[in-house]
Amino acid sequence: MSLIAVDPIEMGAPQVDGEPLSYLNDGHGLRSWLLTKDHKRIAILYLITVSTFFVIGGIFALLVRINLLSPNGVFDADTYNRLFTAHGIVMVFFFLVPAVPAILGNFLLPIMIGAKDLAFPKINLLSWYMYMLGATFGLIAIIAGGVDTGWTFYTPYSTSYSNSNVLLAGIGIFIVGFSSILTGLNFIVTTHTMRAPGMTWFRLPLFVWGQYATALVIMLATPVLAITVSLMALERIAHVGIFDPAMGGDPVLFQHMFWFYSHPAVYIMVLPAMGVVSELIANMSRKNVFGYKFVAMSSLAIAVFGFLVWGHHLFVSTQSVYLGLIFSFLSYAVAIPSAIKVFNWTATLYKGSISYDTPMLYGLGFIGLFLIGGMTGLYVAALGIDVHVTDTYFVIAHFHYVMVGGSLMGFLGGMHLWWGKMTGRQYPEYWARAAMVIQFVGFNLTFFPQFILGYLGMPRRYAAYPPEFQVLHVLSTAGASILGIGMLITIVYFIWSLKNGKRAPANPWGASGLEWRTSSPPPTENFYETPIVTWEAYEFAPIESMQVLGYPGDSSRSTQPVPKEHGTED
Amino acid sequence: MEQQREAGTLGMWWFLLTEIMFFGGMFLAYTIYRHLYFDAFAAGSNVLSIWWGAFNTAVLIASSLTMALAVYHAQMGNSKKIVFFLLFTVVLGLVFLRVKYIEYSDKFEEHVFPAGDFRWPLAEHPTAPSNVGQLLTMFIGIPPAGHTAEAPQQALPANIDTKYSDKSPYLGISGAIPEEVSKMGMAGHVRMYFWLYFVMTGFHALHMIIGIGILLVLAFQAWKGKFSKEYHSYIELTGLYWHFVDIVWIFLFPLLYLVDRHL
Amino acid sequence: MMLGKFILGMSWMLPEQASTYAPEVDNLYLFLVGTTIFFTVLISAAILYFFVKFRRRSESEVPRPVAGSMVLETAWTVIPFFISIGMFAWGAKIYLDQYTIPNDAQDIYVVAKQWMWKFQHPEGQREINELHIPVGKKIRFVMATEDVIHSFYIPAFRIKEDVVPGPNRYSTVWAEATMTGTFHIFCAEYCGTSHSGMIGWVTVMDDKDYQAWLSGGAAQGSMAERGANLFQQFGCITCHKSDGSGQCPKLEGKYGTMETLQGGEKVLIDDSYIRESILSPLAKIVAGYQPIMPSFQGQASEEQLQMLIAYIKSIGPAAAAAPGAGGGSSKISPPGMNPAAQRPPIMSTGGASMIAPVGQPAQPVQAPPQSQK
Repeated sequence: MSLIAVDPIEMGAPQVDGEPLSYLNDGHGLRSWLLTKDHKRIAILYLITVSTFFVIGGIFALLVRINLLSPNGVFDADTYNRLFTAHGIVMVFFFLVPAVPAILGNFLLPIMIGAKDLAFPKINLLSWYMYMLGATFGLIAIIAGGVDTGWTFYTPYSTSYSNSNVLLAGIGIFIVGFSSILTGLNFIVTTHTMRAPGMTWFRLPLFVWGQYATALVIMLATPVLAITVSLMALERIAHVGIFDPAMGGDPVLFQHMFWFYSHPAVYIMVLPAMGVVSELIANMSRKNVFGYKFVAMSSLAIAVFGFLVWGHHLFVSTQSVYLGLIFSFLSYAVAIPSAIKVFNWTATLYKGSISYDTPMLYGLGFIGLFLIGGMTGLYVAALGIDVHVTDTYFVIAHFHYVMVGGSLMGFLGGMHLWWGKMTGRQYPEYWARAAMVIQFVGFNLTFFPQFILGYLGMPRRYAAYPPEFQVLHVLSTAGASILGIGMLITIVYFIWSLKNGKRAPANPWGASGLEWRTSSPPPTENFYETPIVTWEAYEFAPIESMQVLGYPGDSSRSTQPVPKEHGTED
Repeated sequence: MEQQREAGTLGMWWFLLTEIMFFGGMFLAYTIYRHLYFDAFAAGSNVLSIWWGAFNTAVLIASSLTMALAVYHAQMGNSKKIVFFLLFTVVLGLVFLRVKYIEYSDKFEEHVFPAGDFRWPLAEHPTAPSNVGQLLTMFIGIPPAGHTAEAPQQALPANIDTKYSDKSPYLGISGAIPEEVSKMGMAGHVRMYFWLYFVMTGFHALHMIIGIGILLVLAFQAWKGKFSKEYHSYIELTGLYWHFVDIVWIFLFPLLYLVDRHL
Repeated sequence: MMLGKFILGMSWMLPEQASTYAPEVDNLYLFLVGTTIFFTVLISAAILYFFVKFRRRSESEVPRPVAGSMVLETAWTVIPFFISIGMFAWGAKIYLDQYTIPNDAQDIYVVAKQWMWKFQHPEGQREINELHIPVGKKIRFVMATEDVIHSFYIPAFRIKEDVVPGPNRYSTVWAEATMTGTFHIFCAEYCGTSHSGMIGWVTVMDDKDYQAWLSGGAAQGSMAERGANLFQQFGCITCHKSDGSGQCPKLEGKYGTMETLQGGEKVLIDDSYIRESILSPLAKIVAGYQPIMPSFQGQASEEQLQMLIAYIKSIGPAAAAAPGAGGGSSKISPPGMNPAAQRPPIMSTGGASMIAPVGQPAQPVQAPPQSQK
């Protein structure tokens, strides 16, 4: 196995302020950041902005939950409608869609395949600026009175009835969409053309497979959102009539076009997180991912099937019964590759060396929550049940289990796994474990009662509700505040660790993967010499080689070579 | 260098794929409503000038040829000819846009621009050219000498004309848009056709304008001698883009201009 | 039974089962709950067991890789697939039951608007946000909206259907209540500021009480009678003559039959077709007739449309052949002989102002979109 030496000093790297030269101190000042073409710095720019939007969206979520403490609502209906719309738009378009690809993907994808940068560094920077521009429009829309259509912008309410800032929000979403298209374009081309020598397709880390599948979906689905939002805007400005029944149009056509994007968008949010989870499970148990090819191909299968199921959002929208049957069947089909992933992750743990560190906890948290989120997908895909639960809290709970329980857990797990790689500092392990447990408990308390609420018939987007639902709503709000505290702890210790965290070694986890064979933080060029890959994905080096590669081990826990009684037989 | 070129080409193809999806949304809306309101779409289509449409189609096909020649000479490393053919392509692009401008202004004058003072059925059909001479004079800006007698009759097939005359109280009323004009029925559907016409050709024209801008930059760079036999991938990529924009028009022309026309 | 339900915990996790459809949905739901709990427990137990058994015992431990297993991969692809197919088929069966509307259902006409539900009984009673129906009878809800998309939702019946604006369709959904009581009506599709105020109650009564309730307040004549009035008011009768001599097709005996259109296409004359023909007359012309009918968009309110439909239905073949089909239709007098038809109609809530006298130009009396409110 070829090794890459990673001690920057040994490699003769120059020093800056007593630290070896890395991408973080290679150039100072705002200018060097705002005009950077380094994918790692752009990832950091994304990290700052996307996290800001996460906090904003989270505050809206808490306000929504506060309103629901009382059956009559705490805020008036207009305010509440703007709150949940703002929560939805910010979280979906400005946080969940860009979170994993634009932050972790940007930072890691080139390193993982052994490239110096993405294929189009300038386009990468452009995509961040487009994100900022779109986000600015979105923020203005929210600050200047808000939007009250829900994030789904259903016509004709959004085009003829709402008197809120639909246009501004639409423009923001349009622009942000092109930002993700540029990111996706970069990922696809980079994966195709910039892999290091020896890095064959089936040696790619599953994170890269996840990003690649996501990029496919982004490229094919987002332009449809762009034209849908454009047509909606035209309809609102000039009464085009395409979605307006008063002029011969069909409002259900809008729903078809909207969900043609927005259902695949769910996979834009969750596929990259699945990629992260494969890394978490494998690296934190030092095991090769069980059924690597099945996990990789299931990502592609999800990407493809994800395009064929949008109509399951329209089971009660007067669409044809036969369409309903087809979409229901296809929705069950898309459940299979997700199930394959979960089974393979579970099997990966078998005979592993399972660490109890935070990234692993997030990995298992993801599996647990995604299990519930995915399985409740079987309920809403069943036509008979969906008629009852669609547009109720059951659906709310279902997609929060998938998106928060799935995407957010994956994102946070990835942030913990690679925090040292990105910043050069480790987060405090004790606080991180505590925060993870708090978040897990808070999350379940928030959203599990919503399944029950939904089946009892509580419709979504209600500012006020019948009093018999209050107990469950109060439970849910209590959970949300616990979840909020957990998030706050994470944010605080991440910021704290930037100055005070322990220095991260090159390979803090004893993990496999090219990103662990360069220093933490990596140099601007990513590697001191171009890596040549001669090993399979998740092939863990013997411990002695790992130590050469920068894995410190941990003398405080055990220095004894371990009797490998459970690792020797297959 | 080879890796960069491969990356660029792959990237451009993927970009064009997203463009197809973008236009695809509009084509979807077009297909559905054409199916639902075929008569209205046929009537609207008959207002468009088939001559201008055909002329522009020819112009764009010619521009694809000149673009291909520019790429060919880029591969040969022949800088002067690159400049020549790029500029030739630009000129053809501008001709296309000039014609589009004439067509758009006609539609304004005929009150079929849907966001303006939309009127239906047409009061008259004043400006459609019917021979090459008229095309050329209009192209250089001389207003047409008067409308031809047969044009308006041709424009609305007899069956449509009688079927949707002013017997319905909602047809043929000009004024406030949209509630009074096009509550229902023919006028509203023709108006929707013209919306699709303006949105689809408008987005196409926007792509043309962007393309012309890129071509001008490339021509300038070629004039400065930036491109060589080895280094000319930008010209190739722009060629892909330009051909794509042409192909979109090849679809738009029959879909918008030739609904239920019999020559 | 109640005890069993309580022990199973169903009383807090299931709403009341107040329709024939509800237990079907709940059975599938409970099957899914059982299946998913089984798999969740199975996978969680495996994970927790591995988590403890294979915990890292030393920081320098590197376990041997384990090769994949085709058998396992196939098993956990195929088994979930077949379970899914079963769920799909079961769910689809329930859905098809729900969408096949029985012939003997009686109609309740529903108009949704921001932010209320308006109901009309064929017998003439009109209600807002309150609905009274008999127990044990199949009820078809025929629904239209005056503005945005709404969704008619009665959790206790497990039914929900969007009410989508448009000239050419009614949304329909049916239910048969199985217990008396009072249950929620919700709007389930977000429709603007007071979306959460667009709620009401459905009161299910036994047949005797329902008949008593019906006779309580119906001084205005049945829907069909009022429709007959409107048929004159709007001047429909001048063209759609009952002897077939008019310029337009005669409507007697047509409801529920097939009609041939220009171009040979066949269409079923049902509520949606009649509605489309009134609002968008040029869309589907009956073969042999001229397209001369004006649109009544903006002139006839949604409720008036429903009355007209009830009238056309009352003169359909069903009324002549089988009196008593549908709760209200038996009481409808034959057309033309109805003394009530001579009475001026009495409309509630702004209905009267919406009738434009015949021959007068159309007035845009329809409320403007509320974007400027």
